[in-house]
Amino acid sequence: MRTDEVQGFVDRHVGERGGLISILEDMQARYGYLPADVLRAVAERTGQSLTDVYGVATFYKSFSLKPRGKHLCSVCVGTACHVRRAPMVAREVERRLGIRPGDTTADREFTLETVNCLGACALGPIVVVDGHYFSAVTTGKVKDILEQTRAGLDRVDVKTDRRIFPVTVSCSRCNHSLMDAAHPIDGSPSIRVTVSFKRHHGWLRLSSLYGSYTLECEYEIPMDAVVDFFCPHCHADLKSAAGCPECGAPMVAMIVRAGGIVQVCSRRGCKGHMLDLNGSGF
Amino acid sequence: MVDLKINGLHVSMPEGSTLLEAARFLGFPIPTLCHMDGLEPYGACRLCVVEIGREPKARLVTACTYPVQEGLEVRTASSRVLRARVMILELLLASCPQSRTIQDLASAHNVRQQRFRQEHEDCILCGRCVRMCKEQMMAGAIGFRGRGENRSIGTPFDLRSEQCRLCGGCIYVCPACQLRCTYNEPEKAICGGCANLSPPCIEKEPFDDMMCYMSPCVACEIPKE
Ligand code: FES
Ligand code: FES
Repeated sequence: MRTDEVQGFVDRHVGERGGLISILEDMQARYGYLPADVLRAVAERTGQSLTDVYGVATFYKSFSLKPRGKHLCSVCVGTACHVRRAPMVAREVERRLGIRPGDTTADREFTLETVNCLGACALGPIVVVDGHYFSAVTTGKVKDILEQTRAGLDRVDVKTDRRIFPVTVSCSRCNHSLMDAAHPIDGSPSIRVTVSFKRHHGWLRLSSLYGSYTLECEYEIPMDAVVDFFCPHCHADLKSAAGCPECGAPMVAMIVRAGGIVQVCSRRGCKGHMLDLNGSGF
Repeated sequence: MVDLKINGLHVSMPEGSTLLEAARFLGFPIPTLCHMDGLEPYGACRLCVVEIGREPKARLVTACTYPVQEGLEVRTASSRVLRARVMILELLLASCPQSRTIQDLASAHNVRQQRFRQEHEDCILCGRCVRMCKEQMMAGAIGFRGRGENRSIGTPFDLRSEQCRLCGGCIYVCPACQLRCTYNEPEKAICGGCANLSPPCIEKEPFDDMMCYMSPCVACEIPKE
C-alpha cells in the first residue's frame, strides 16, 4: 500500500531540518506527482498538519499535485526567449498538444509547463523535453520536437551521434572477454552475460556502444526488476560494491579492455551507468 | 531591560518585546492591520512601518515584528513613514475597497482616493485567520496555498477539513470579510460560522435587514433565491 511506503520515505529524513521538502521530493520522484493520499500520509507520519504539508507542496513549482505525463516539455518564456518569439513557440506547443501550460495531455504523454529562463538565453528560444535542450526553436520546429519525443529521445542515432563509442569488455574475475561478435547489436559486437531473476536463468546481450541502451534477452525481463549478472565463463557474480547513482540498485562492473571499468545498473529500464577509465573506482 | 528612544522619548522595554509594544506603551499610535494581540506577529501588511536608525542609514521596518534594541532610535511619524503608510493604504484600498477595516484605516489617515487600478480582491492575505485557526483554535484547518499571484488561503484540496470545527474564528478576525459564508457550499465550508450560529439573515429573507451579528456582512454570499 502506498501509505506504508510513505513511512519508509519519512523515516529516511526524520529529524532533518527541511525534512519535509526532502520527503516530498522523494515522493515526487517515486510517483511522478504528489497524490492526495500520499500528502495525507506524510502529514500523519511527520506529525505536521496537512495544511502545512499542502502549503509547501503547492508553494514550490517542482512539486505537482496532478499526475504528470511521460514527457515533460518546458518552454522558456523568460525575457530573452520572449523577445525571440518564445510566446509563439509556446502557443504552437499548446496548440499541438491541445493543453495549457501546467496541464497534461489526456493520454498522459506530455506535460507542458512554461519556465522563466533556463540560463541559456543566448540559445533562445529554448524548449527542454525530458532534459534534452532544443535551442533556437521556431514554431516550425515544434512539430519535429514533439514527434521526436514520441518516438523516444533516448533512441540515439548511433551513426551520427559522436557521444557514442564502442567498448570492449571482459569479466572482472576471469578476465575472459564478454564480447560476442556473432550477434552484433547496433552494428557492433554485443556483450554477452548470463542473467538470473526469479526462476529464470538465461543469456542477455547488451549493446557495446557506450550510451546506447539496446539489449536482447532470452526472457522478457519486467521493467524495474533488479537482475543478477554472471560471467558466462567463470560464473562469477558481476555485481560491484557501488550503487546506481540513479536508482540505488547494485551496479554491474566489467573491465574495459582499453583500461578502466564500466558499470551499468542492474535494474531493467534504469539508465544508470558509469565509465571509469582509470579504474580507480574499483 | 532594553533602553531605546521613540520619537525622542526614552523607554525601557523587556527583552524580546517589539517596537509596536514599545510605541503603544508610550502612547504613540501605529496603525496595524495584520497584527493582532494574541497571535504571532506576521508582518504581512506593512502598515505598521516605522523608521529606525539615523540618516543616511535610516530605514523602514515593520514595528509589529521588529524586536527592541539597545539604543535604537525610532520615529513613528516621520514624513517618510507617513508617505509609506499612505502608499500602503492606497494599495490596500486598490485591492480590497469593500473592507470596512481598510476603509476606516484609510479615512483615519485622510486617504480618500487611490491611484492604482481598482480591483476587488476578497482577501489581502494578512494571514490573521490562518494564525487564529492554528494558534488560538489549535486546529490548523486553513493555511496558505500556492505562491505569488496564485497565493490563497483555504483548506487543503479545497475540501472541508477534518480539523475544522466550524468555530468561525477565522471569520471573526478577518479584516476583509472574504471568508464569510461558505454556507451555500458545505463541501468547502471553512467556518460555517453562520451555519452553526444561525444568524438572522438566514432565517429571515436574505438581506432583508442586515441584522447579522457579524455586521456588516456585505460579503455574505448566500444566494438570494
Ligand atoms: S530567457 Fe530563456 S533561457 Fe534565459
Ligand atoms: S501590522 Fe505589522 S505588518 Fe501588518
